[in-house]
Amino acid sequence: MQTALQVLDREYLEARCSLLELAAALDRIDRASDHEEGAGEFSDSRLELLKQAMALLSEKSHLPNRSERMLLLFSDLD
Amino acid sequence: MQIIQPHYHAIARTAQDYERMAMSGVVAVAEPAFWAGFDRLYPETFIDYFRQISEFEPTRAAEYGIKHYCWVAVNPKEAENPELSHEVLKKMPEFFNKPTVLGVGEIGFHKTTKNEEEIFEAQVEQAIKYDQLILIHTPHLQDKVRGTKRTLEVLSHMNVNPERVWIDHVEEHTIREPLEAGYWVGFTLYPVTKCSPKRAVDMLEMYGHERILVNSSADWGPSDPFTLQQCVVQFRARGYSTQDAIEIFHNNPARFLGQNPKFDIKPIRLETIDEPSHNLIGN
Repeated sequence: MQTALQVLDREYLEARCSLLELAAALDRIDRASDHEEGAGEFSDSRLELLKQAMALLSEKSHLPNRSERMLLLFSDLD
Repeated sequence: MQIIQPHYHAIARTAQDYERMAMSGVVAVAEPAFWAGFDRLYPETFIDYFRQISEFEPTRAAEYGIKHYCWVAVNPKEAENPELSHEVLKKMPEFFNKPTVLGVGEIGFHKTTKNEEEIFEAQVEQAIKYDQLILIHTPHLQDKVRGTKRTLEVLSHMNVNPERVWIDHVEEHTIREPLEAGYWVGFTLYPVTKCSPKRAVDMLEMYGHERILVNSSADWGPSDPFTLQQCVVQFRARGYSTQDAIEIFHNNPARFLGQNPKFDIKPIRLETIDEPSHNLIGN
C-alpha cells in the first residue's frame, strides 16, 4: 500500500484541478445570474446541495468516507 | 471550421495527430522551441533541433495539408545554464532568415532566477535587434504569479512593442495585467495543470476577444491537441456563432502571427451566397 505522502503526490494536481473547475462553474452561475435583469439572488435546491457537499469536504471524520456521504447527500432517500 | 494551432510541439507528436488535426479543420501550426524533457549539454544539439523544426517538420505537416511555422529560442528551463545559452544565441540569427521562422520563443521564466532573467533579457534584445516577434512562456502552478509579474517588470524597461509580444499560459489570476499593458495573451489548454476549455471560454466572456490566443501546446507530457477543438465546441455550445469562433481560433492567431510577413494566412469571414433556386421538381 502506498504511503499518505505518495498518494498526495499522485492526487494533488488532479484534486487542485477539480477544485478549480468547481470554482469556475460557480463563478459561471454567478455571472449568468448577474446578467439576468430584474432577478433577485439566484437560488436553486441543487446549488444548496453543492454548498452542503463543499462543506462536507472540510469536515473531520474518523472514517475516510467523504465520497459515500456526498453520494448520500445527492440521493433521494425518502 | 478553419483553426490555427498557434502553440504546438509537433516534434513530440505523431503523424496521426497531424492527420486528425487536418480532419478537424487545422490549417496551420506554430511550434515554439521548448524543453526536451532533459537538459541538453551542447549548443549543437539546439542547432539541430532548430533545423528539425524549421526544415524537417514543415515537410511532415505538409503531408496533411497543414502549414508549419516555428520559433527559435533557449527555453526558460535551460536558460539556467547561461554559458550554453549564450552559445546558442550566437547561432539564432541564422534561423531568422528561414522561411518559416516567426520569432523568438518560448522564452521567459521557469523558477524566476537571476540566470533565467539574464537570458530572457538577452533574447528579448535579440528579438528587438532583428525585428522578430516574441513569445513568452509563464511558469506553471505556484510559480506563475511571481514569474508573470517579473516578466512584465523586465519588459517594462525594454523597448518592446507590446503588440508584437505574446505572453502565454495566462490563467484567471494572471490575465489582467498583461492585457492591460497591451500585450497579446494566450490560454494553454491542458488536461490538469493549466487551463481547461470551459475556463478558457469563461475568460473570453470576461475579457473579450481582442489580443487573445488559445492553444493546446500539445507536447511530450500529458496533453492533447484536441483540447483546442473541445474549446471550440464549448464556445459554440454557449451560443456564439461560427464567425465568432473563427475570430478567436483562426483570425486572432492570423493577426498576431501575420505581423511577421512569412505567416501568410489571412483572417477569414463566412459569407452566404445568394444563388438562384435550382429546384427541378415540376419542370
